[in-house]
Amino acid sequence: MTQIAAESSNTDPHIHEKPLSWRRYFSFSTDHKVIGIQYIVTAFFFFVVAGIFAMIMRGELITPETDLVDRTVYNALFTMHGTIMIFGWMFPVLVGFSNYLVPLMIGARDMAFPRLNAAAFWMVPVFGFLFILSFLVPGGPAQAGWWSYPPVSIQNPSEQWLNGELLWLLAIVLSGISSIMGAVNFVTTIVMMRCPGMSWFKMPAFVWTVLAAQIIQLFGLPALTAASIMLLCDLSFGTTFFDSAAGGDPVLFQHLFWFYSHPAVYVMILPVFGVFSEVFPVYSRKPLFGYRVVVVSSFIIVALSAVVWVHHMFASGTPGWMRILFMFSTMLISVPTGIKVFAWVATIWGGKLRLNTAMLFALGGLINFVFSGITGIMLSSVPVDIHVNNTYFVVGHFHYVIYGAIVFGLYAAIYHWFPKMTGRMYYESLGQLHFWLTFLGTTLNFVPMHPLGLMGMPRRVASYDPEFAFWNVVASIGAFLLGMSTIPFLLNIIASWINGKEAPDNPWRAIGLEWLVSSPPDVENFEEIPIVVSEPYGYGKQEPLTENMGG
Amino acid sequence: MTTLDGAIDKNQLHQSSHAIAHEHDEARNSMFGFVVFLLSESIVFLSFFAGYILYKTTSPSWLPPGVEGLAVREPAINTVVLVSSSFVIYIAERYLHKNNLWGFRFFWLATMAMGSFFIYGQAVEWQSLNFGFTSGVFGGTFYLLTGFHGLHVMTGILLQGIMLIRSFIPGNYEKGQFGVEASSIFWHFVDVIWIILFILIYVWQ
Repeated sequence: MTQIAAESSNTDPHIHEKPLSWRRYFSFSTDHKVIGIQYIVTAFFFFVVAGIFAMIMRGELITPETDLVDRTVYNALFTMHGTIMIFGWMFPVLVGFSNYLVPLMIGARDMAFPRLNAAAFWMVPVFGFLFILSFLVPGGPAQAGWWSYPPVSIQNPSEQWLNGELLWLLAIVLSGISSIMGAVNFVTTIVMMRCPGMSWFKMPAFVWTVLAAQIIQLFGLPALTAASIMLLCDLSFGTTFFDSAAGGDPVLFQHLFWFYSHPAVYVMILPVFGVFSEVFPVYSRKPLFGYRVVVVSSFIIVALSAVVWVHHMFASGTPGWMRILFMFSTMLISVPTGIKVFAWVATIWGGKLRLNTAMLFALGGLINFVFSGITGIMLSSVPVDIHVNNTYFVVGHFHYVIYGAIVFGLYAAIYHWFPKMTGRMYYESLGQLHFWLTFLGTTLNFVPMHPLGLMGMPRRVASYDPEFAFWNVVASIGAFLLGMSTIPFLLNIIASWINGKEAPDNPWRAIGLEWLVSSPPDVENFEEIPIVVSEPYGYGKQEPLTENMGG
Repeated sequence: MTTLDGAIDKNQLHQSSHAIAHEHDEARNSMFGFVVFLLSESIVFLSFFAGYILYKTTSPSWLPPGVEGLAVREPAINTVVLVSSSFVIYIAERYLHKNNLWGFRFFWLATMAMGSFFIYGQAVEWQSLNFGFTSGVFGGTFYLLTGFHGLHVMTGILLQGIMLIRSFIPGNYEKGQFGVEASSIFWHFVDVIWIILFILIYVWQ
């Protein structure tokens, strides 16, 4: 191998490039590891952009009056904040981790369709910038919120054919195409390309959760695509699908939208459940408690996720029997997620804990997830939901899931696999500072939204009654803290990537195929395809993981 | 590696057995991925169908003024042609398995012709109708469903055309195989969708 590289170095400088060269991150690479990092870094850029939108919104809300931005600008900001966070940050960053880790974890050299993989990635900057560029069209970007309900979304106040809502819809459809390309790739890779000995129940929990999440993409996302096409026709071609004055039905849009967009939350959180299942055993030195039940529960979540969407529509003229049905199905979700929470607690229980940054973020994420799970149960109950519908209580619950659990899990993943991805160790003290700032910021930012919602403060408003001022000030301080918390993170990542201590192959003494290869792994991942002989998470046992590579 | 005649050099076979196994894996993966994609694509149609059923059963103004309903005779002929083409494409595939390239090409081209006949019939029907895309939810869903399906039929014909051309390139037998199977599965998919669509729009009036 080295000989070939040396021979070709005179003729083809491209092959000569060391795998460490930063240039390949700016090329149409088909290496799943390069694509994974491309996804993660691009997504982080959109995270910062949408985060700045959130800062401006919290700046506006620090006083009851509308004084910082115009109301229409505020509408555009919350619409683009939600949209870019979900389609520009959440999905791409999770697909990035899945891309990087799945082939390594199942003992494959790459994804099933490497070129499709690269094409799916390069659509992300395209639709991401389409969202941002919509600030430049007459009338500004879409202002109908991230769910884009008609009739608000089809009003087209600027009366231009090229308007923000149109760009929004085009970007959503592009994002959907990219996600479906990714989902086909992941499902095929996981089902068809596992290494010898890697039976279903020898697969790491993270791979299970990626498979579960991508199956949701496959059956759910087309419903959003269908809804977007119909909305586009209403907006630009004069049809009346969602115009009730002309025989259409705006509630149909809500059904199609939530049929996908509720399960979409599971698309986001399932891989984070996988991260928890990977991280807790390593830093507790114990096997994952109830491995089989934990991985199967992901698929119970997939099945249930298809029959809960109407809980977003309890106040949309939904008949009573339907409300009751969906209230029960929603409550049922707490069973498989509860199983996971208990399994993680039992994994940590009595373990030899190592509280480094990755473990802290995973623990913080777990605590926040339990909190958001409790408010989730509250919201699933029809009487409570009708009462707090469209208030800050919903915003608080949602952000506790998305930021408190998912972003925490993502940070845990970044710190845990950073040495593997870059070949460098991060600075632990900066990491700990990052964690405590983030935890404090999250608590201050999102806890106050719950009392605000119960007091009746509606969401999506730029001004409010002075009685809500106290909790809004607290929330804004929390938001600015969260904004600041990314500074030690970025410093840490950039400095240690350039100048950090060189990472060994397995700095955490973790069990898993990805830890048996060099840091960072070679282009081909494995010199020889591994043959797996034991179950994952064999902490405290003396069995080798593979027949030919040890572990 | 192997040629269309099936003449294989033993030495070459030994050297390239790895490559063949690899290519075989790739074709298997591609087929799996393609079927997964089609299952996902079918949900777009299901969503439109769900919308159609909802509108038809609940909308206060379903048929636009002056529209009595749809003529069934011509679309029924169209349906028979499209559904039969699924059998014709199967015959073409059988010929390919028997290495009879000309048999394959003949029936493959026949499938394309039947698909084109369907599209032509659809265009004629569209022209004869006295309502448009913006004539209420009936017009909207009718053109959305038939149009979206029509796009798929045209895509199918395009894929078949590419496969037909590739069958003339020597040495493409191995690689062409996946493409042929995939475009055939796609054709069956388009057919099944049409049967549901025909029942919903034309039979259930």
